[in-house]
Amino acid sequence: MEEPLAIRDEKLTFAHLKTYFMNNYETVFILNPVLSETQIEEAVQKFESFIVEQGGTITSKENWGLRKLAYPIQNKKSAFYHLFEFAGPASVIDPLETEFRRDERIMRFLTVKLDKHAQAWAEKRRKRNTAKA
Amino acid sequence: MASIDEQSKGRKEGEIRYLTPLNIETNNQKKYCRFKRSGIKYVDYKDADFLLKFVNEQGKILPRRLTGTSLKYQRKVSTAIKRARHLALMPYVGDMLK
Repeated sequence: MEEPLAIRDEKLTFAHLKTYFMNNYETVFILNPVLSETQIEEAVQKFESFIVEQGGTITSKENWGLRKLAYPIQNKKSAFYHLFEFAGPASVIDPLETEFRRDERIMRFLTVKLDKHAQAWAEKRRKRNTAKA
Repeated sequence: MASIDEQSKGRKEGEIRYLTPLNIETNNQKKYCRFKRSGIKYVDYKDADFLLKFVNEQGKILPRRLTGTSLKYQRKVSTAIKRARHLALMPYVGDMLK
């Protein structure tokens, strides 16, 4: 049976799915403690707009502030922690991580895909945080 | 040399053998999986204080034979601890954590 031309042309390949299908992600990154407040603001702003540019939407942001590290990284004993939760296609992650690696202000980062239990937990956590504030 | 009489009984003099096992008091409390019991579905790597319950004072992950965690959640706990270590929320090696 011959398929209609329109469908045959737009057959979904894996690459297509990567740009269409939305996932939920969470990323924590650690910023260098020698930065000033405005520099931190700028860096956070940069990654936020980067995610949006790549077709993602930020669901929540969290600033944990200056925290003590469990072990020294780059001879620093504390650092600024930031958390993003966002929804987006899988094609966001690769460019985002290369951008993290290129940026000298970022000391560490971790991106995790959220499954349904993780999402439920994240929501609960968000509610608890807003209740506290 | 033991005498023929003793050999036939199967023991030497002075050697103690028990036919029934001794009643030694052991910890009879059954271990349980705290995730199954309290209905926790997701182990959060951001909660370092909670994960501290699953490591020893050197920061090593405790076996589930000691904590009683079920295999399903032990896997989740171990990945969560490893993620927390990467983000410097928990130490890779520590001393006197508790």
